[in-house]
Amino acid sequence: MPKRGNQPIQGEMLQGTLDLLILKTLGVGPAHGHTIAYAIERQSEDVLQVEHGSLYPALHRLEDRGWISSFWGTSENNRRARYYRLTPLGRKQLAAQTTRWDEIVRAVNRILRPA
Amino acid sequence: MSLKKFFRRSAWDDERSRELDAYVAIETDENIARGMSPADARDAARRKLGNATLVREEIYQMNTVTIVDAAWRDVKYGARLLRLNPGFALVAILSLALGIGANTAIFQLLDAVRIRTLPVKSPEELVEIRIAAPVGGRTGQFSGRTPSLTNPLWEQMRDRQQVFSDVFAWSGAGFDLTTSGEARTAQGLWVSGDFFKGLGVSALLGRTIAAADDRRGCQAPPAVLGYGFWQREYGGDASVVGRSITLDGHSFDIVGVAPASFFGVEVGRAFDVAVPLCAEPFSRGARTALDKKDVWFLGAMGRLKPGVSMEQARAQLAAVSASTFQETLPAYRPQDAKHYLEFKLGAYPAGTGISQLRRQYESPLWLLLATTGLVLLIACANLANLMLARATAREREIAVRLAIGASRGRIVRQLVAESLLIAAIGAAAGAMLAQSLSRFLVDFLTTSNNRVFVALTLDWRIFAFTAALGVLTCVVFGLVPAIRATGAAPGAAMKAGSRGATDTKERFGMRRALVVAQVALSLVLVVGAVLFVRSLRNLMTLDAGFQQEGILVVNMDLRRTGIPEERRSAVFAEITSRVAALPGVASAAQAFIVPVSGSGWNNNIVIDGKKYTENVNFNSVSPGYFRTMGTPVLAGRDFDERDAPGADKTAIVTQLFARKFFPGAAPLGRTFQIDEAPGRPQPLYRIVGIVKDTKYTDLREEMTPLVFFDAAQEEKPDPFLQVVLRSSAPLTSITPSVTAALGEVNRNIIVQFQTLPSMVRDSLLRERLMATLSGFFGALAALIATIGLYGVMSYTVARRRNEIGIRMALGADRRDVVRLVMGEAGALLVAGVIVGTALAIAAARTAATLLFGLHPGDPATLAIAAGGLGAIAMLASYVPALRAARLEPTEALREE
Repeated sequence: MPKRGNQPIQGEMLQGTLDLLILKTLGVGPAHGHTIAYAIERQSEDVLQVEHGSLYPALHRLEDRGWISSFWGTSENNRRARYYRLTPLGRKQLAAQTTRWDEIVRAVNRILRPA
Repeated sequence: MSLKKFFRRSAWDDERSRELDAYVAIETDENIARGMSPADARDAARRKLGNATLVREEIYQMNTVTIVDAAWRDVKYGARLLRLNPGFALVAILSLALGIGANTAIFQLLDAVRIRTLPVKSPEELVEIRIAAPVGGRTGQFSGRTPSLTNPLWEQMRDRQQVFSDVFAWSGAGFDLTTSGEARTAQGLWVSGDFFKGLGVSALLGRTIAAADDRRGCQAPPAVLGYGFWQREYGGDASVVGRSITLDGHSFDIVGVAPASFFGVEVGRAFDVAVPLCAEPFSRGARTALDKKDVWFLGAMGRLKPGVSMEQARAQLAAVSASTFQETLPAYRPQDAKHYLEFKLGAYPAGTGISQLRRQYESPLWLLLATTGLVLLIACANLANLMLARATAREREIAVRLAIGASRGRIVRQLVAESLLIAAIGAAAGAMLAQSLSRFLVDFLTTSNNRVFVALTLDWRIFAFTAALGVLTCVVFGLVPAIRATGAAPGAAMKAGSRGATDTKERFGMRRALVVAQVALSLVLVVGAVLFVRSLRNLMTLDAGFQQEGILVVNMDLRRTGIPEERRSAVFAEITSRVAALPGVASAAQAFIVPVSGSGWNNNIVIDGKKYTENVNFNSVSPGYFRTMGTPVLAGRDFDERDAPGADKTAIVTQLFARKFFPGAAPLGRTFQIDEAPGRPQPLYRIVGIVKDTKYTDLREEMTPLVFFDAAQEEKPDPFLQVVLRSSAPLTSITPSVTAALGEVNRNIIVQFQTLPSMVRDSLLRERLMATLSGFFGALAALIATIGLYGVMSYTVARRRNEIGIRMALGADRRDVVRLVMGEAGALLVAGVIVGTALAIAAARTAATLLFGLHPGDPATLAIAAGGLGAIAMLASYVPALRAARLEPTEALREE
């Protein structure tokens, strides 16, 4: 399905970025895999395309670290789906990683656009 | 990554797959909502998700320790392959199990009786003290299992030696636990005061016997129980210390229990109860040997003082010998006395204890170990053959796997896992087999009056060694060809079809060589088996001069009856006639010595004043003995009332005696004397009958000249009586009536029953053991070799399908094909038999002393063994030959 507007970035998302985006998305409230992917794509105005091949392993990894937890719930259109929610540990990680992200962006910017 | 997740990873995987399904469902719903058809919607959803399996695999990997997981999968795959080839698996595992198990079992036993040191303090310091030189020349009475010294000799030695920190003596004896009725014997031990101290063994409960307990004339001697006896008789009750135990009718105070590991100093026996040596008169009464200079019944050991070498000990013992023997000279005839005074005491390492079992069974056990070693070799050869065949058969499979992308390393790992799986199962089965086989051996060696005790534990060294050998065989022969196969270009291997490209001449040559080796080695074992079985048969069927079937031996102990010495003969006669009169008893008679019981009584004789140096065996029997035993009286008469106590002494002799001492003359009516020690009466015996030769102490021995005296003329019999009776009724129905009849004579008679056939069987224990085990291993070896030959021939036939097809198409008939295959099998067999015969002749020499009535290189035996093995092996090759002959030429050729 060709996308209109911005050129989507696929398969080259920065290492660790997906984890941060998932945490951020779940910061709003519990969601299942499909919603998470949809939300990331929508919010980035389709610039960031979430590869499902990476999404589910990432979810598993985060759950393994105890940053998110999962439960089975019912989706908007009455389907059984596996929901994820942020754990308190995950919330702290979200804050820490956001700060870290800002630092990186600022650092990269200082190099790209010297004052 | 937690271990919990590792084990729950398949549950996790299910969860993931459900999650991914949910995703597809939701996406499909949305696509439908966007206006797609349901089928398109689902396809689009699937496309969007991508490769779901890959996702799952990635997550699965995250939960996995890769090596463990891969190894586990290899093992599972290997197990599946083994299940698919049950024949291969069974033969491989059984070969290994038998090879490993049999070796471990025999070695354990050998280690226990031969190599292992006594479980006491510093066993290497222990030294056995006995007469070193000159050999033989001791006369007198011998009793116990280590009749090295007399008590006066022991006491002199004990007081004179200076090289040992402790010296101690012991004697094994059966102690009767009952006071009347049927005897119940405990393995007793008379020990000198320092026995436990010298060995460094302290009590598990209470105390052991101390020096203070062993004083001449002790009145209330203590008893120490052996651990096994304590468990058996008292259920391990700790309150046993302080109670008393009746031994040979005397009460002893139990003062302690020995630790479980301590069985005494004789390997192969466990003592039940130990009492001080000073208590010996309680059992032997007036016949006490404590002051007898010619009753040999004690074994002695010492513990070397620190810093004293074995040489110093020997030198010192030799130095005190002259005075020691001078001091204890028995009332010997001059030439015996001269010999006695020349004796020297010697010292021998005794760290591994003393053992009669060892003397009797050491060479059979080594021989059996060699046998099981051969079995292991044959099993390994068979395994190698199987592995080679399998590697060849799997070349195509390996080629396919390489072609679709498996790495070489991965395939080799898989093959190692399979080999190790076989080896592991085989080794485990071998360990179990070893334990049951050892137990079987110990049970086999245990007879009614000889309880064998051997501390058996799984010997890890030998088990590890044999198991490693098996594993190595598996891995080397399974893997090397496989690695070579992985080296070949997959295309070539696949193109070559059913005929493996790497199936080189050498490899098949190797398999043929292995079969020849198997046949040769198994022929050695089969020859051994036939030799031992025929030896046993020779012993069982030889004419012993008596009929053993239906004879019951009744042993009576009259020590506690109080019957005075002078009345004993009369009581003995009464008992004998009562027993003979019992219903079901055909005849009964007294016998001082029962043939083949191992006991003996001999001396030299004097005829008309002339001394003969040849030993003559004696026995003392009552009238009816020859009828009871089924020994024909050839001339003269049996004993009867004419041979009364006061009348002229008479004797009955055997044919051999007559031929030896009265050659060419009529011996009836002639007289002879026993060459008694000076001062003892030498009555004249007149020969009144001649009987057939009979075996005396042992079935294996040559017939010896034998003289029977009339028991009624014995003036001062010991308070022991032995009666043999013949009955056709089951012996269980006879024993109660005999016991009842004895009770009527005197309530305090202690009685023990044994059947003559069981005594004969027990006396042939070693022969039976060798025949049974060598027969078993021989059959096993033949079976394994046959399987090997069958495997190779089947493979040959499969490999030569095309050739055979062409031959048949060109006019060869089925008989030609059978001949072709059988010819090849025959060639292998003949090669194996030739090598095997040479090996067998060489090997049989080592067993010469264990054979009876056979030469080690007995041609009939070799012929039977080679013929039998050949027949079975040819039969096994006939099956593939027939298969080849049934080949349809068109089909065989079409496959090309």
